[in-house]
Amino acid sequence: MYQIRALRKLTIVQTKLYLREPVSVFFTLLFAPLMLIMMGFVFGNSPESMFGGRGQLENNVPAYAAIIIGVVGLITVPIGTAGRREAGLLRRFRATPLRPLTYFTSDVLVYFAMTMLGILLLFLLGKIAYDVQFKGNLLMMIAGICLSAFAFLSMGYVLAGVAPNARVAAVIGNVLFFPMMFLSGTTLPLEVMPEAVRNVSRFIPLTHVVTLLRGLWFGESLSEHLVEIAVLGGVLVVGTIIATRAFRWE
Amino acid sequence: MKIQNGIVVEVRDLVKLYPNVRAVDGVSFEIHEGEIFGMVGPNGAGKTTTIECIEGLRQPDGGSIQVLGLDPQRDGYELRELIGIQFQAAALPLQIKVWEALDLFAAFYSNSVNWKPLLEQMGMAEKGNAYLAKLSGGQKQRIFIALALINNPDLVFLDELTTGLDPQSRRAMWDLVRGISQQGKTVFLTTHFMEEAERLCDRVAIIDHGRIVALDTPQNLIDSLGTENRVVFRVDGHFDEESLRTVPGVIRVERIGERVVVYGQKDGLISGVVNTLEVDGIRFNQLRTEQPTLEDVFLSLTGKEMRN
Repeated sequence: MYQIRALRKLTIVQTKLYLREPVSVFFTLLFAPLMLIMMGFVFGNSPESMFGGRGQLENNVPAYAAIIIGVVGLITVPIGTAGRREAGLLRRFRATPLRPLTYFTSDVLVYFAMTMLGILLLFLLGKIAYDVQFKGNLLMMIAGICLSAFAFLSMGYVLAGVAPNARVAAVIGNVLFFPMMFLSGTTLPLEVMPEAVRNVSRFIPLTHVVTLLRGLWFGESLSEHLVEIAVLGGVLVVGTIIATRAFRWE
Repeated sequence: MKIQNGIVVEVRDLVKLYPNVRAVDGVSFEIHEGEIFGMVGPNGAGKTTTIECIEGLRQPDGGSIQVLGLDPQRDGYELRELIGIQFQAAALPLQIKVWEALDLFAAFYSNSVNWKPLLEQMGMAEKGNAYLAKLSGGQKQRIFIALALINNPDLVFLDELTTGLDPQSRRAMWDLVRGISQQGKTVFLTTHFMEEAERLCDRVAIIDHGRIVALDTPQNLIDSLGTENRVVFRVDGHFDEESLRTVPGVIRVERIGERVVVYGQKDGLISGVVNTLEVDGIRFNQLRTEQPTLEDVFLSLTGKEMRN
């Protein structure tokens, strides 16, 4: 089956290209660790009653993982895919026997792997620099990260399909991502937000990622987060359906 | 592969509609095995739409197409194994290395050739490790041709191969195309350079407003204009063109400032003109003859100049 060979080569080349693109490397691999360092520098990690006796860094490491998931889904995927379409690369692929499924599998694999790598770097930094402890079940944590990442990847492909070009994709992605980041409790704790903001926050997918990952990080079980799982699962299913319909080679 | 009677591409009554325009309006032609077939026409004439219907990338609204015995719509993947495509507008990521691109595309086909000799054939042997961003326009174009040849195709499509290249790179590209043809591959190219079509193609179809207005060898197309030749020269001082009009074979005389153009029958035109000028004692210089070109054929058929 030479589609397997095509998948392998395409995944290797796409990974190389990803790592050669400074912007995507920054947002996927460096942005969250940098935020961790900055917040650690400014606020330290002393226990706060607001966070149930945890330090803010400890509380926020899983939230920064959510930021990586959000950035890749809402910014990197739409810009990357719309950009390749705009440049004519997808059209060129279409002129070969490469199957759409092979292309997508490779693309999703690369973005997913880069998300996981970013999260791993973040956790290692938290552990080494601030001795942040993981108190949950590793398999459940991985499952939660996978669900969140795939849900946001599907949103990314929807945006890529809807946006006419890479520039518009970038605008939409940023307009969606940055308010989401501030309103989901990733940077500023929702606990200090007014009631109205907290109500809005409930309708933001990224909030559910933060809630899910933070819960799993501190030892809660997946069964305690059925709402988050249902919301993100719904986003994944609807997103995938829309993305496959909205996708364009040119 | 089923090639019947040496016919590689058979297009019958092809129609492709876009909103408000019949982009391709009943086009029929055949491409024979081993030939370089050219399609020329102004921008928007329907060249690229026609070529993309044949490649299976666009769905025709009418007519039938057979390529290498296959239906481009129904047998798309099977056909793409056998053809090579160079697009007018397609790009690779700038951060990809030349060898990575070739190696990648080779993996897309069930059969592909080694990319190293291919790079050599393109005169790019030393550029394997270069990033695409570091290549000139002509060098990139060579890489795109290499990609179109990576599956050792029977039929190669080259769409606007030399657009945007300087004259020197353009000529080098013609040699490459001849090389591809000499390997026994059939070439279908589109261009809007008449000189390119004239020098390179075995047969040329002229397309305008979605219709083929002429299809023949370049020489036959030129001959179809008649045997009119031109003698062009510059005159120095007083000159009365009346005496030239009486030279046998002369059809008409045009004068723009010092420049004089005499149109007439090929045989005996130069000697007649020169003799008359000598007899009249007219000083002239820079005398030369001009044969009609494909550009003239195009002009007479479509009523417009090719835009470069």
